[in-house]
Amino acid sequence: MSDETATGPAGAPRVVLVDDHGLFRSGVRAELGTRVHVVGEAEDVAPAIELIGRTLPDVVLLDVHLPGGGGHAVISEVKRDHPDVKFLALSASDAPEDVIAVIRAGARGYVTKTISTADLADAIKRVADGDAVFSHRLAGFVLDAFASAPGTDAVKPSFDPELDQLTTREREVLRLIAQGYTYKEVARELFISGKTVESHVSSVLRKLQLSSRHQLTRWAAERRLT
Amino acid sequence: MNDDPHWHGPGWQGQRGPGPGWQGQGGGPGWRHHGAGPGWQGPGPGPGWQGQPPRPGDAPDWAARRYRKWRQRGDGEPLRRHPEDRLAGGIASGLGAWRGYSPTTVRIALAVAALISDGWAVPFYVLGWLLIPVKGDETTIAQRARHDSRGVVLALALASLLAVFLFLAGALNDAGIATFAWPQVFSIAGLTLIWRNAPEDERAAMHRLVQPLESLTASGADARRATRLRLAGAAVLLAVGLGWLFSLHGGTQLLQPLGGFLFVAAGIVLLLGPWWLRIARDLMVERQARARAEERADIASRVHDSVLQTLALIQRRSDDPQAVIQLARAQERELRSWLFEGRAPGDADVSSFAEGIRQIQRDVEARHGVPVEVVTVGDCPIDEHLSALLAAAREATVNAAKWSGAAVISVFAEVEPDSVSTTVRDRGKGFDPAAVPGDRKGVAESIRGRMSRHGGEAILQSAPGEGTKVTLTMPRAAAGPTKPQAPSEGQRR
Repeated sequence: MSDETATGPAGAPRVVLVDDHGLFRSGVRAELGTRVHVVGEAEDVAPAIELIGRTLPDVVLLDVHLPGGGGHAVISEVKRDHPDVKFLALSASDAPEDVIAVIRAGARGYVTKTISTADLADAIKRVADGDAVFSHRLAGFVLDAFASAPGTDAVKPSFDPELDQLTTREREVLRLIAQGYTYKEVARELFISGKTVESHVSSVLRKLQLSSRHQLTRWAAERRLT
Repeated sequence: MNDDPHWHGPGWQGQRGPGPGWQGQGGGPGWRHHGAGPGWQGPGPGPGWQGQPPRPGDAPDWAARRYRKWRQRGDGEPLRRHPEDRLAGGIASGLGAWRGYSPTTVRIALAVAALISDGWAVPFYVLGWLLIPVKGDETTIAQRARHDSRGVVLALALASLLAVFLFLAGALNDAGIATFAWPQVFSIAGLTLIWRNAPEDERAAMHRLVQPLESLTASGADARRATRLRLAGAAVLLAVGLGWLFSLHGGTQLLQPLGGFLFVAAGIVLLLGPWWLRIARDLMVERQARARAEERADIASRVHDSVLQTLALIQRRSDDPQAVIQLARAQERELRSWLFEGRAPGDADVSSFAEGIRQIQRDVEARHGVPVEVVTVGDCPIDEHLSALLAAAREATVNAAKWSGAAVISVFAEVEPDSVSTTVRDRGKGFDPAAVPGDRKGVAESIRGRMSRHGGEAILQSAPGEGTKVTLTMPRAAAGPTKPQAPSEGQRR
């Protein structure tokens, strides 16, 4: 991670922290130190929207669970006026439907709160650069969401069938990420460049956000029931 | 009163607290039985309220048999009033729980009994209220009332007042109402005692029952006027209806009673409708509040059992980072599985493949102290081939934990329509697979052999300094039915 710290505070991404636990915010802030420039903190949906609109950060580090509407409420509200602000979802929650909801609202990635500081700083930088960040858990959720009962959706294809399924390559990439591979390791394993891995992941993110596949919503709904 | 007598006394339950000797309706002290029941433990220290010690040995065998049979139906608890589901005294819900009927059924039965017994069921209900203790309490209201001499006097006074009134009414008229009213002389006396001696919450229940009448005297002229109007309307309807009914004689037409009934029914609805609705609503609100309170208590106890205990342990072992991490991991996993998968901690039901993988995670983390990151995609029930796969995966994970020296092990399991695969990967030391001596059975037998015997395969990739990756793949035995598109493909060909 030394290359990131080398960029110094001047080139560091400007970050807003949104989390309802003050202790967690101060912890993250202290750990990230000079790797990012924290321009503000908020602990609720409405103040977060106001703060983001005022400071226009590069990346918003957003808790999935927030009082007053949840993380996806913040994203959909901010995206309307400031489509350039990028979101990285951060959560202790494992509930797949919550994570998928935030991603579909427009977050560029999802990491769990158990992530190491170096990895978090790296993820923030990736999101700031416009890439997608998939933790191994998110990769698992996405594979699950796109894989469940493949035959049933063929009857009712959405308007753009290409959005409804993952390519073989995308699936391979996701599988490796789910196994804990870093992007670099994925690239080496599949004999492709790092940039290609990035583009596969971004493409998966796009499909996840744009697919009108009701498979996806039904999958989430089934999860909620169990 | 053709109800069966209920035997229930201190002797039968094997409990020692002073309890009522009997309750229920119909019959008297003559059928009270105390005897050698299954749980009999000798005479209780406190005799029943009657002051008679139970006498062992005079219960016939059939009674004991029958009693056992009864107990099997209900909740196995002694008969108690259930305050949480009561309309009045909680007798109906208590009887229901005791005998395994729904409270509503018991309530209907009681109402029918009240009708066909000319109202005699009501004083017996009140008697039960006096003599049966509330669940979780051993003192009856009657026991308390014994010391309430003023209450006894008041009860007798009220009862005799009503009796005199009824005598007068009976002398003036031969109305059938008097038949129903006579038993209520006893009810009034009993209710007076209950009112004076019941605990606060039971008084609140009684209060709720009579509340609408109080609105007559309550503040707010509008409310008072509305109540008066309603009562007046009800009185007129009732009077007309009853008059119609009582004016009937043998020769009148068949249709006529119908009109009378309609009037009476309308009068009753007008009189009691709002009151009834209010009781039903209060009951529902109360039930919801109780459900919420129980849920809160459940969560609190679980959080206490798990999270707080773990936090305490972590504080005590703060000098041992490895132990702290292990504790925190174990707790995190447990909490997750409870919050997001709805599984109680310690609930080890390994019937699904994903659950089996998580079981491996739990065991390896607990035994070897190495965090295991698990991602599962899809799920299916376990058959013998999949349990072989699970055993192989466990072996691979344990190997990684023991030998690799990696800080974390990744396990990825995916259930696909025609196969199930599991990858166990670490970034530890790694080794040269070719250099492993042939007599080292670990990998060869327990992983490769196990997989190939069940038609699967195991691929091991490792190099010194590169970490190790074991990929296990097992075809699904029952792949046919899970592939809905297979037949159509066949036709296309």
